Amino acid sequence: MKYETVIGLEVHVELATKSKIFCSCSAEFGAEQNDHVCPACSGMPGMLPIVNKRVVDLGMTAGMMLNCDINRVTTFDKKSYYYPDLPNAYQTTQWFSPICVNGRVDIETSKGPKSIRIKQIHMEEDAGKLVHDDWSDTTLVDFNRTSVPLIEIVSQPDISSAEEAIAYLERLRDLLRFAKVSDCRWEQGSMRCDVNLSIRPEGSDVLGVRTEMKNMNSLSAITRAIKYEVARHTRALEKGTEELVQETRRWDDNEGKSYAMRTKETAGDYRYFPDPNIMPVVIDDEWFSRIEKTLPELPEVKREKYTGEMGLSEYDADQLVSSRALCDVFEDAVSVCGSAKEAANWIITDCMQVLNKKKMTADMLDINGTSLGQLIKLVSEDKVSRGNAKRILAAMFEGEIADVEAYAKEYGFIVSNDTSAIENIVKEAIAADPKSVADFKAGKEKALMALFGKCMKQLKGNANPQVLREILIAEINKI
Amino acid sequence: MKVYITKSEATGKNIVVDDMILTTDMPTTAGSKMLDGYMSLFEAQAVTALKENGYTICGKANTGEFNLDLLGETSHFGPCEENGVLKGAAAQTVKMGDAMAAVTLEVNGSSARAAALAGLVMMKPTYGTVSRFGTIPAACSGETVCVTAADVDTVKEVLTALKGHDDKDGTSLPQEKCVLGQAMPAKKVAVAKSLLTADADTLAKVEAVKAKLIANGVEVVEIEAEQLLLAKSAWNILMSAELCNNVSKYDGVKYGYRTPNYTNIDELYTNSRTEAFGYLTKSTVLFGSETLSEANYFKVYDKAQRIRRVISEYLTAVFAEYDAILAPVCSKTEYTVEETAANKYMAYEESTYTAPSMITGIPVVVTGGVQLMGAPLSDAALLAMAETL
Ligand SMILES: [Zn+2]
Repeated sequence: MKYETVIGLEVHVELATKSKIFCSCSAEFGAEQNDHVCPACSGMPGMLPIVNKRVVDLGMTAGMMLNCDINRVTTFDKKSYYYPDLPNAYQTTQWFSPICVNGRVDIETSKGPKSIRIKQIHMEEDAGKLVHDDWSDTTLVDFNRTSVPLIEIVSQPDISSAEEAIAYLERLRDLLRFAKVSDCRWEQGSMRCDVNLSIRPEGSDVLGVRTEMKNMNSLSAITRAIKYEVARHTRALEKGTEELVQETRRWDDNEGKSYAMRTKETAGDYRYFPDPNIMPVVIDDEWFSRIEKTLPELPEVKREKYTGEMGLSEYDADQLVSSRALCDVFEDAVSVCGSAKEAANWIITDCMQVLNKKKMTADMLDINGTSLGQLIKLVSEDKVSRGNAKRILAAMFEGEIADVEAYAKEYGFIVSNDTSAIENIVKEAIAADPKSVADFKAGKEKALMALFGKCMKQLKGNANPQVLREILIAEINKI
Repeated sequence: MKVYITKSEATGKNIVVDDMILTTDMPTTAGSKMLDGYMSLFEAQAVTALKENGYTICGKANTGEFNLDLLGETSHFGPCEENGVLKGAAAQTVKMGDAMAAVTLEVNGSSARAAALAGLVMMKPTYGTVSRFGTIPAACSGETVCVTAADVDTVKEVLTALKGHDDKDGTSLPQEKCVLGQAMPAKKVAVAKSLLTADADTLAKVEAVKAKLIANGVEVVEIEAEQLLLAKSAWNILMSAELCNNVSKYDGVKYGYRTPNYTNIDELYTNSRTEAFGYLTKSTVLFGSETLSEANYFKVYDKAQRIRRVISEYLTAVFAEYDAILAPVCSKTEYTVEETAANKYMAYEESTYTAPSMITGIPVVVTGGVQLMGAPLSDAALLAMAETL
């Protein structure tokens, strides 16, 4: 018998907010353990939750990017369970009225295009982290991650293969990163996925026994886990190797196997009820349209625009649309300097060079695109040399430069058109290096380059190379 | 007589707060072994507001465990009683002249009862007009910071200091709704017939207040008000559910009592809680847990929420016609330690009178041993009415 696979994914994404969901602690990743903790997020009695509006902004943004309906009145509920990483013994989540419902993500696989329906997106707080200390054989709790805002994106069981699951997750990641909802880093746990899977005879409309694998944290692990589970389910149905039961399983990526978790860890009545300390969040038209206006063009729309009317190569366009940050800087720069090709070059080559040196990713590019545009314009007008422009660019990474021309003037980076000053330098250089002059006169072109370099150094790079060259030749010819 | 958990310096305008209100210079225990010696890192907004207005917090009054009980009889530190008769500890500090007023967190009517039995004036203001920031959470959807004093003027003075919008409390109302405004004199008061189930002495107090109102030219009308009887069960369901959730965080791990008897995390949780919570808290937690279970949520918890709405709507209709509802606060004029030991659910039974205002968040004034309930935000009118009595 032929079987088909039915997969639904629950994806957790940490939101890119500065602070936590119900307190003002920093939500940043990577701090010292328990540095981002206050009485609220460590479960001291008497603190009351105040909803971080940014979280709602990003929840709505995610919903709009994934074609969802936004619930204009959305509420928070308490989910009770005991675990040492959950200081309140309840997680605040959305059970009865999630912020987004009924969405859709379009994917493309080797079998062609397909739509995966989104059931709902809800906002919730993350739990802390348990750290086992082998030395003292104790388990310690780090509350930094407690109350970091998350959204959980629940798909309908529309996915029928590992390939589709990966296509869906990649598309989701692109859209959410593009809308700056999250940085979606699997390796930092800011994107995690639960896989619900069952199989059934092809064409059947009855769902098979479902197993759930929680907290998957890489695409390769998800691929392997899906393939493993499909094989295990098929074997069980065809050969009766085991009886399938609805359960939560743990995927061991090192061994390439899934294991049933103790039922005690999985069974639970979470006793959901509305949090009386959080008033329903009402999203009025003004709020809704404010968020709608912030939605970015989709990456493929931008790509089309870049290769089409803006005339970029496919390669350049691909590089730019790989990150929303690059696109933003690029578009702002072009609007000032007018040259898409130049702006793309500066970003893909020069900006990336600086980022690489700083061990930063493209998403972290936060220089002002308008300033970059001004700089490109100054170079194209021969007002600043390319070398000095790179120095100004490096300065832009350290702090915003609002008026680039003024900055260039202040630091002496403006190309000099004062030919008498250039002539003086050239005369000094010729006088100091009669050998090079003689070599040049004897036909050695390279000797001119040596003189040229020395003059340019004296002029701190601020000479129009063409002008300098002309003066140099003229002065040598006078001898 | 265990009146104080901690007594501090008394200098001038002294106020006692109960042990549900967090202070940083004295422990806050909620009357529970679970929080014995607990020192908070921050203080309640109520405490901050009192200090800013020149009051001194001169002590922490003994409270029943999480203020669920009748008159403080479930305190881990022992009840506040005199010759076997229960006195609410916070009210007692006012009665003794230690404090000009007591500020307490009303959860299930114990503050109102204590004031009524001691012949003091007490006001539970409209829900949301005094910040709950820094109060130990028990039943957040109804619990309210309230004031008890010897006379209406003092209650009004202290309430004025306490009332105000607070950004740290998401249920706090806008500032303009929090302030005590001017009030029109009352014209019409209803007596809730369904609540006239108290003993003769208590009913006599209701009659006395009624007579005074009539003498003041107020029209007094008896109404059936059967809907108010629904409040007792509904409030106890909601209160239990919320309490169950709120005390879950007391697990012996981070602070408070930790059992010495454990070998693993499950035993640590279970034994700490078993050893530290009292009988009433445990039964409230069990009941609350049941009401929230998947099987019961819609049958029990959600139904209680709907009853809450029914009562609110009923009260809106009543207050469209009447300035206040007059009713007893409890069924008798005295309660003993012995009685509450024999009947551990006395607080539940007596909440018949206090649950209507707890579940709807309407303001209440207790004076002359009875209560006057008013429409939301009619706090000033209730105080003005109490002044004439
Ligand atoms: Zn915090």
